Amino acid sequence: MTQPLAPPPKKNPERRTPVPMLPPGTRSRAGLGLALAAGQGRFALQVCTECGAVQYPPRDACHQCLATDLAWRDLPSGGQLLAETTIHASSDPYFRERLPWRAGTVQLDAGPVVLAHIHGDVARGARVRMALMLDRAGQGVLVALPEQETPHMQDDTILRAMGTHPRHRRVLITDARAPEAVALARALLDAGVAQVFMGLAEAWRPFPGRTRLEALDKVSLHRLDVTDAESLTDLAGAIGGKVDILINNARHIRPGGVIGASLTDARDSMEIGALGLMRLAQAFGPGMRARGADGVNSAVAWVNVLPAQALAHDPGFAGAVAAGAAARALSLSLRAELRGGGIRLLHVHAGPMDDEWHQPLPPPKLAPAALARAIVQGLEQGLEEIHAGDVARDLAQRFAENPALLAREMEGGA
Amino acid sequence: MGRQAYDGVVLAAPFTAPYTRFSNETAHWWIARALRGSLQVAGLSPRQIDGFAVASFTLFPDTPVALTQHLGLSPRWLDSVPMGGASGIVALRRAARAVQAGDAEVVACVAGDTNAIDGFRKLLSAFSRFALDASYPYGYGGPNASFALLMDRYMTEYGATRADFGHVAVAQRANALRNPHALMKKPLSHDDYLNARPIAEPIALFDCVMPCAGAEAFLVMTEDRARALGLPYARIRSTIERHNAFADDPVQLRGGWVVDVDELWQMAAMGPEDMDLVQTYDDYPVISVMQFEDLGFCAKGEGATYLRARDLTIGGDLPHNTSGGQLSAGQAGAAGGFIGMVEALRQVTATAGPTQVDAARRALVSGFGMINFDRGVCSAACVLEGGA
Amino acid sequence: MTVLDTLTKALAGGRVQVVDLTHTLDPDFPVIVLPAEFGQCARFRMDEVSAYDHRGPAWKWHNISMSEHTGTHFDAPIHWVTGRDVANGSTDAIDPAAFIGPVCVIDCSVGAAADEDYTLQPAEIEAWEAAHGPIPAGAWVLMRTDWSRRQGAEYLNLRADGAHSPGPSPNAVRALLDRGIIGFGTECVGTDAGQAAHFDPPYPAHAMLHGAGKYGLQCLKNLDKLPPTGAVLICPPLKIRGGTGSPLRVLALVEEIA
Repeated sequence: MTQPLAPPPKKNPERRTPVPMLPPGTRSRAGLGLALAAGQGRFALQVCTECGAVQYPPRDACHQCLATDLAWRDLPSGGQLLAETTIHASSDPYFRERLPWRAGTVQLDAGPVVLAHIHGDVARGARVRMALMLDRAGQGVLVALPEQETPHMQDDTILRAMGTHPRHRRVLITDARAPEAVALARALLDAGVAQVFMGLAEAWRPFPGRTRLEALDKVSLHRLDVTDAESLTDLAGAIGGKVDILINNARHIRPGGVIGASLTDARDSMEIGALGLMRLAQAFGPGMRARGADGVNSAVAWVNVLPAQALAHDPGFAGAVAAGAAARALSLSLRAELRGGGIRLLHVHAGPMDDEWHQPLPPPKLAPAALARAIVQGLEQGLEEIHAGDVARDLAQRFAENPALLAREMEGGA
Repeated sequence: MGRQAYDGVVLAAPFTAPYTRFSNETAHWWIARALRGSLQVAGLSPRQIDGFAVASFTLFPDTPVALTQHLGLSPRWLDSVPMGGASGIVALRRAARAVQAGDAEVVACVAGDTNAIDGFRKLLSAFSRFALDASYPYGYGGPNASFALLMDRYMTEYGATRADFGHVAVAQRANALRNPHALMKKPLSHDDYLNARPIAEPIALFDCVMPCAGAEAFLVMTEDRARALGLPYARIRSTIERHNAFADDPVQLRGGWVVDVDELWQMAAMGPEDMDLVQTYDDYPVISVMQFEDLGFCAKGEGATYLRARDLTIGGDLPHNTSGGQLSAGQAGAAGGFIGMVEALRQVTATAGPTQVDAARRALVSGFGMINFDRGVCSAACVLEGGA
Repeated sequence: MTVLDTLTKALAGGRVQVVDLTHTLDPDFPVIVLPAEFGQCARFRMDEVSAYDHRGPAWKWHNISMSEHTGTHFDAPIHWVTGRDVANGSTDAIDPAAFIGPVCVIDCSVGAAADEDYTLQPAEIEAWEAAHGPIPAGAWVLMRTDWSRRQGAEYLNLRADGAHSPGPSPNAVRALLDRGIIGFGTECVGTDAGQAAHFDPPYPAHAMLHGAGKYGLQCLKNLDKLPPTGAVLICPPLKIRGGTGSPLRVLALVEEIA
């Protein structure tokens, strides 16, 4: 059974912080498909569209019929452990630091036989539940999990090494004023975080969540304004070495199109949503990237909350969604830059929220607590792309099917 | 059976460039040494070979084509044999047919690799696409981990124990102690084997080969030419080759030999009992055990019991991997696919010196190569018989 | 000796002191907050362009951005709809003579301390004149409340029903206009009281002063260091084409009376 993870002791200031190492990260083009599915929490493999044969390892042509149209499809995730090994020696520097490591051969119910990481609670020869997960290199890997949940199973060394679970970690939420801020702080505390730092811009403006946040144990408010580089430098100087997870929920959503819209609002949306992300990355990115292997509470994840419509556009929120799209593009580049430190970048595409700026919109709208839950679940599962709310999920599906058609459909609004 | 015999073709002039654990030299350097050594044995100049078959993992960015210019060769027949542990037998098969058909007169078959510090890790890191995508990200145990899974499954399926595999490893070390060029110089006891530190369970230290630098070479020519040169030689009685057999077996417990074993013995007009010695591909003892089963020495699953009842040393009733094999002499990259062939050639031509098996005339050489993902893909075997 | 010779000697000798009435331009300094659906006033922002580094090895500089109405700032007549047709009503067109002049300081600090919605009334202006003489035409009038000592949330003092901070009553503004002042300044974020939206007319200082071609100053500090009369105010805004106002350095010359 998995031993529950103890809170880490205070850092020994005499010891050098280990340099983050990554597991092997080179993949073929087809192999990258595993990462895409893993980042969305899907268990998907290539399936031949002609003969239906399931392929593994990822291929460019069907091993049964030589057809070259192989599609990624969600598949049943059951399997049987056929053989296993515990690796005690590896020439790879990443695994060398993490030995012993359990790996095994699994016969998938879906057909192929695969090599997989084996969770410590899986018994020899047992039935398993397979998951595609991102590893520290950001690549998709197969993990065999116990068929039923086991106590503390998220504390397993393999899952902890790969995942971004918030337990015992310290989180910075950049916007304490955002509608989901209080629910998010609470959900993180429920998930076992050690501390929540909350950024507050314009402290001279009151906001209703303040007293509720101040009443929470382990939650503190700090001057942080993503449009004010100095405030970021100051805060990074104070807590930059303790931010294990950064949740950037600062965004400026205002209605309006293009021709008749307020440039001031559009600029604020860009300054906060897009350039704010860049300023944050410059202030907190270096510290997090250097702390990717810093023990139990190593830096692990950066979360950007983006408007779901940023996959396309939204005539009703043109400027705000354009800022979201700009933020998404910046964020994808940031993902590549953080990868070297083993820091996962999670995009949370949030549908229209049930707040003052979406008040005239018909339901469904995203409740702040639902967004908070989605963010925490995304961290617990180590995901890279999540779509919170019915509207966001619908947009993502339509985007995957036909981006141009989605853009056209959006002309009439989401 | 429609296959043509290898009449009139022989192999001769075995040469081993002594292995070193690490080397700053290149594969080019090692291949040149072995080729030169083999030619010196034969009394030939480089211009007198017109065929060249090369197996190497570390020539990059060169290929055998570049090697011809590098080494000043001008062959009219050139082959690259990227088949790792099966490359010695595959090179022999192709060269023999070329000589038989008159496409070449003398083919030099050479395998060699260097091993720089950290070279093995770098070699593994780009070994194959399936390995990159689907095996090395899982703990990066390299072949050790892949074969640990195979061995784990084998032990579960057939009830074999680590002690059974130790029998193979201990005998090979005894053989290696008679080979002055073997990298392993210390005796290995059965307890040493059992108590060794785990590498990838159930594989422990003495189940593993030592990666090293080295090269092996032999020449293929007509029997007439060998006689004219006054060279001891061996005839090729039979060969088989198979790739990606039994792809649907969930875990590899048998190799491609099973598909072709009947043909191997029919073509040779011999059986396993006729062999004076056996050279298996011994990257791990479990693989050697598997080859004895798949090549007809005993039934599937009985290999461990069968071998436990045999003396596998040079003086034993079933001499096996008489130079110490890869487990005790070292694994010099692709030369590991040649080590058994070159040693068998020495044995059946009575030129093996300190490792010589008495009155050895017939040898089985088996090859196994290329863990592309979860299993070795290439298998091959041949039967040699000492000439006149 | 000319007047200016006398002045420069007095400055050099310390008999005339320069008092700085300006807050530091700071990204975190509050700006006026309008209802959320309106365009908002930009806060002061500073991005480092280089700092003796790879972006510019021998120099350091910043790109800055802000509103015309950020920090200690000047309001021109065209800032308000009532002043849109005032001739030369933008910062670039105002006669620069208006930027230097006599200044009267009315001390409302006791009242503002007692009542955060304190409003200046004509009676207090009259009482001040009884003590210090009439407010001269062309003078700047500053309303001292010591509000500049408030920090953070206390400064705007925002509540669910809006801001609560002192300012002039409509009649006080009328009284000042009657006296022919050139401009009016306060320590709060605007020339009007926090609740001035509910006055009649709403925002009397903005509406009436700018409609009459007068100027405003806000976010002033150090008014306690000025005498009720006798000081000279220096407040030239940036020469922004068509500018409705401008952040500026506001100085006062104060003569030490022996």
